[in-house]
Amino acid sequence: MQISMTVNGDEITREAEPRVLLVHFIREILGLTGTHWGCDTSNCGTCVVLMDGLPVKSCTVLAAMADGHDIRTVEGLATGGVLDPVQQGFMEEHGLQCGFCTPGMMLTARALLDRNPHPDDDQIREAISGQICRCTGYATIVRSVQWAAEHPAGAAATGEEVNA
Amino acid sequence: MQIPAPFDYARASSVDDALALLERHGPESLIVAGGHSLLPMMKLRLARPEWLIDINDLFELDFIVRDGDRLRVGAMTRHTTLFESDEVRRLFPIITDAERTIADPVVRNRGTIGGSLCQADPAEDLSTVCIVLGAEAVIRGTAGERVVSMAEFHVGPYETSVAHNELLVEVRLPIRPRSGSAYEKVERRVGDWAVAAAGASVSLAEDGTIDHVAIGLTAIGLDGTVTEAEAMLHGKAPSEELFVEAGRLAALACDPLADQRGAIDYKRHLADELTRRVLRRASSRAAEAQEG
Repeated sequence: MQISMTVNGDEITREAEPRVLLVHFIREILGLTGTHWGCDTSNCGTCVVLMDGLPVKSCTVLAAMADGHDIRTVEGLATGGVLDPVQQGFMEEHGLQCGFCTPGMMLTARALLDRNPHPDDDQIREAISGQICRCTGYATIVRSVQWAAEHPAGAAATGEEVNA
Repeated sequence: MQIPAPFDYARASSVDDALALLERHGPESLIVAGGHSLLPMMKLRLARPEWLIDINDLFELDFIVRDGDRLRVGAMTRHTTLFESDEVRRLFPIITDAERTIADPVVRNRGTIGGSLCQADPAEDLSTVCIVLGAEAVIRGTAGERVVSMAEFHVGPYETSVAHNELLVEVRLPIRPRSGSAYEKVERRVGDWAVAAAGASVSLAEDGTIDHVAIGLTAIGLDGTVTEAEAMLHGKAPSEELFVEAGRLAALACDPLADQRGAIDYKRHLADELTRRVLRRASSRAAEAQEG
């Protein structure tokens, strides 16, 4: 079947079987491998993308169900070569070790900050509670999201040059 | 890689369209709402529909509306919407309590109340919540609508009275004056199914005695409610002594299985302790309730 959606601002149409999961549509058909594919059982959350602005586990959404919807992946976080404050925060506060959970963590963080620009640590922990960091680096992930909350304009606000 | 077996996909544009699609494609077609129970089952080939009928465009079923002495909740209302609703929190805090523990925030963005009830998993929290609240389910077929109690709705594990060619469209929750409710679950980790959970709803008479009470248990082998404890509490003023006795009766009434989530004794202990806690919290909420 033909499936059309907006991905990171681009309208795309591709042919795919109805049984193709959104995570595989994004990775294999669109070639956007920033979205990671992990447990397959909607537990780990590394496959999180934003669907109409809300985090969803793309291993448990059919590409067909996303037809007509707006999808944002980790590739859509930076704009014009400038990192999103969340990405910058993960750099500043060492929010990633192996990096496997990072795309999903960053998208959930982006959606949280869009709704609640000043979350406390508990609210951040609750927001990412459906996502697993295999390095158990949760403390630095929370600090990274707090960095982004404190720097809504990202690196521009720090006055430092960013090597994006 | 877990991928469902091949199927054909259709997207319904209205309730009537969904019913027509079910008729056309017959018993091998299934409805998908949020998909967070059905798609995992399809990946494991526990479900293998020939047609999948997607009802995510049925925004007409995504509503929370107060209608006199009842709250009407559309079947496509997402868990997140229920969790964040101030009206739900005020009228039925048991729902907010339960939603906080259902899966995780990302899954709650997709999952729906209708999907949860129709899945009818024995460890499903909203089934217990709806039984405790005395909810009614509105089921629509091509011949019209019928309204059933949760006792009629819930046939058994993974089985409801919604026929293949019907659709659950709405849940109706009766609003009682001077009422409070609460839910508490023990789970091994965020997003896991309950080891055990309990829910209670308490309505007080004007003199402060218990006018109506319902106690439900999740995942530990009790259909319906803990009627022995309810009968014991009825007409009495809430007290810690009564809650302790109700907990004892709940532990006797349940019939848990030993599994990787715990031994039978442990689960009975949870039935006892959680029943006390939810009765305590529901009663204090009922005492604080300003209106029905």
